[in-house]
Order: sequence, then structure tokens, then C-alpha cells
Amino acid sequence: MLEGYLPLFVFLVLCIAFPLAALLVGKALRPSVFAPAKLESYECGIEAVGGARGRYSVRFYLVAILFVIFDVETVFLFPWAVRYKQLGWFGVAEALVFLGILVVGYVWAYKKGALEWV
Amino acid sequence: MIEFWLIPVVMMLVIVGLFPPIAGYIVLVERKVLADMQVRLGPMRVGPHGLLQPLADALKLLLKEDIIPRDSDKGIFYVAPILSMFTAFVAFGVVPFSEQFRIADVNVGLLVISALGSVGILGIVLGGWSSNSHYPLLGALRSSAQLVSYELAMGLGLVCGVMSAGTLSMVQIVRNQQTQGVWYVFDNWGAMAPAFLIFFIAAVAETNRSPFDLPEAESELVAGFHTEYSGFRWALYMLAEYGNIFVVSAVSVTLFWGGWLRPFPSVGWLEVPLNYGVPFLLFAGPGIASIVLLAPKLKYAPHRYGMLVVGGALTLVGAILLIPAVNAVAAAPFWFLLKVAFFLYVMIWFRGTFPRYRYDQLMDIGWKVLIPLGLGTIALNAVVGMI
Repeated sequence: MLEGYLPLFVFLVLCIAFPLAALLVGKALRPSVFAPAKLESYECGIEAVGGARGRYSVRFYLVAILFVIFDVETVFLFPWAVRYKQLGWFGVAEALVFLGILVVGYVWAYKKGALEWV
Repeated sequence: MIEFWLIPVVMMLVIVGLFPPIAGYIVLVERKVLADMQVRLGPMRVGPHGLLQPLADALKLLLKEDIIPRDSDKGIFYVAPILSMFTAFVAFGVVPFSEQFRIADVNVGLLVISALGSVGILGIVLGGWSSNSHYPLLGALRSSAQLVSYELAMGLGLVCGVMSAGTLSMVQIVRNQQTQGVWYVFDNWGAMAPAFLIFFIAAVAETNRSPFDLPEAESELVAGFHTEYSGFRWALYMLAEYGNIFVVSAVSVTLFWGGWLRPFPSVGWLEVPLNYGVPFLLFAGPGIASIVLLAPKLKYAPHRYGMLVVGGALTLVGAILLIPAVNAVAAAPFWFLLKVAFFLYVMIWFRGTFPRYRYDQLMDIGWKVLIPLGLGTIALNAVVGMI
């Protein structure tokens, strides 16, 4: 069973080697002329004010946490989905209970306003 | 041993060697189709009807200076586009082009693809973060929130398909569709169709395509996460984007649209018209049309001869596909690629017709529409599939 993965690993190495090789070949071809203005961060042609490492909305953090919760739930569904036909109605009932709990959590997050984007 | 390695190794070389030019031609098709939808011509100068444009673009990108901004985190800045391209390409490793033409048939193929998709997000986030500049940072933040939101909906769509397939191996999924006699998008008396739609909408968002292309919304964020990238590093991001588009189309085709199977694979008498007629018409038709209709109109002689060569080559490919020995091998990958091409076209069509969503609308669609719908579709399919 595991030897089925071997070509995948070989391909993995090839896929890392390809962009590296392409970048190295390009290095021999492309010009490299130093000019200090070229190395400035892009800011529509004027000098950038302040660094980029500032504050940003806490919403992004909230989305990340919600994602972790729901993604784990989705992953739990995969093993059941694979064995869905063998497990029969019992499995369906259990999955529906599981989805029900998930929906309760979802509704709670919705009511709390965690899904609102202002 | 040799039989085991021969086809995978050939496929690896074909994918790594051929996908970059193919991506170039997908870009050309995209530009041409968009141009046609906007009643203009698109690229026409480089080669007949712009057919050599991808070549010129590739050369230009190779010869462009590679600028690393002074304030950037150099190490991460170097690695991020490579990571992005790497994940997009490795996903090809489990895509079955036909029963024989595949690199690896692992028993968790579908999970490998979704796992690589999750790692691919890192390439975008790290690229935007390490640029240490305003627009890339905003683009990276937006895209991380967008990609994780739509990954959930995508996973829910996949779960529905897996329920019908009963396996995660990409090859076995298609075989099961053959034995069960149904493409899963039509399974469960139509209850599976919404699952496919949820998956496909989420897939469009996952690949940063219009109308969900907010990470690189050029009207507000310059170019989003890859603003600071230039030359070949930028090209790697583009390769990754088109690689991802191809992979999500391939997953939709494999899981929902019968993979390499022709329409009605169990109806014997359709084999000749479908396996021989359709490929011949699709290749020879445009080939002959470009010789008879397009070439005489071109004023510039090299373009005219070029068009004749292209038309002749297409006709020849159509004729070669009529040879029974070739057809027996080529029919399955032909159907697979035709279906994938259809979904690529649909994505270009979206870009030509839908305006971009606002960011709050985007998050609303992801969290308030697609996820509840996805959960509902799973429950519906679980019940309907048992009856």
C-alpha cells in the first residue's frame, strides 16, 4: 500500500527542484543594475509613511479561530463519509446528531455577531 | 518495477515540462475570451492571432530584473513563491488523467489535494507579510481570511461527493462512478447538484478568481499580495494560480463529473460517435476552419503561413486520434481534459461577467450562505442517499 506514495515523493522533490532551477537559470540571463530607489517599498510613487507592521482589525483573528473549529469538524465528517454506505441509518443518525451540535454552535456564533463583518 | 515507474516518471516530466507553457496558453485563451466578451480582439501581434504571445511573455519574464525590496524579510520573500508553486504542482501528483495516466494512486488522494491547498495559503500569506509594505500586507490578510473561510465550504462540498464514492482514492472514485452507472453530480435524485455548486463556488474563491479576487483587487490594492514581486518570482505566483485553477477543475471533474469517463460509458453503440467523432470534430473542425477561413484573411505572409501550419497540425491531431490503437489510449485523457477545459472556460466566463464582491459581501457569502447550505446539503444527501 505504501509504495503507492513513492512516485508522489519523487514528484515532490521534482516540484521543489523546478522553481529553484528556473530561478537559477534566470539569474544568468537577467540584468541586475543597482539603484537605491528601486529597492524602496511600493507606495504609488511617493515615499512610504510608516512601516507595514502596524495594527490591523481583530476580525481577521476571529475568522482564524472560527476556521480552526469548523475545519476540525469537517475533517471529522470525512471518515464517516467514506464508510457512509456500510454504516447505514445508524451512521446517518449519528452524523445528523453531530451536525445538529455543529449547527447549535454556528447559531450561537451568529447570534453573538462573530460572523458580522463591519 | 519498470512498469510501475515508467508511466509515473513520464507523467512527472510531462507535467513539470508542459504545464508552464500550457498555463501560458490558458492565459492567452483567457485574454482572447475576455476580449471577445468585450468586443475587442485581444493579442494579435505576436504570431498569427497572437498565438506566440505566451512565448514572448515567458521570455520577458525570464529576462526581467529580480527586485528584492530593502525592507523585506529576505529569506521568507525568497521562499514564499516557491512554496506557492510547489503546493500547486504537487497536487497534480494525485490527479488521474485516465486509468493509467497518473503519477500516484494513493488511498487518500482527495485529502492530499485539500491538505496541499491549505499549505498553499501559506505561500500567499508569507509573500504578502514578508514584503513589509502596505498593500501586500492588506492583500495577504484579506486572502488568508478569504481562503480559510471558503476552505470550509469546499470541504463540506467534498464530504457530499465522498459519501457517494465511499473512497478517497481519486482513481477509485471514477471507477465507482462507472460501476454505479452515474456521475455523482446527478446522484441522489439531484440532491448532489447543490453540493457541486457549493464546491465550485468555493473553489473559485479558493483560487482567487473573479468575482472573489479581492486578495489582488487591482483597483484598491495595486496587486495585493504580490505587489512587490517582479520577474520570475511573480511568474511563479501566476503559475501557482493557474496550477490551482487546473487542479480544482480536475477535482470537480473527478469527483462530480465522471473523470475520464465519456458520457454514457455503459452504452456500447455510442462509443464510435463519441470516442472517435467528438475528438475528430473538435480538432479537425477548427483546424480546417483556420486554414480555409482565417489564414486567407491575414495580410502579413509569415502570419498566414503560421496559421496554415497551426491549422494543419490541428487537423493532423484530429486524424491521428482516429487511429484505433491511438484512440484506445487517448480517448480517456481526452474526455478528462475536455471536461477540465470546460470548467476553465466557466471560470474565465465568470471573470468576464461578474463584478467583484465587496469584502463584507464576500465574508457573508462564505460564512452565512455557503456554510449553512453545505451543512444542509450533507444532511439532505445523507438521508436521500440511504433511501
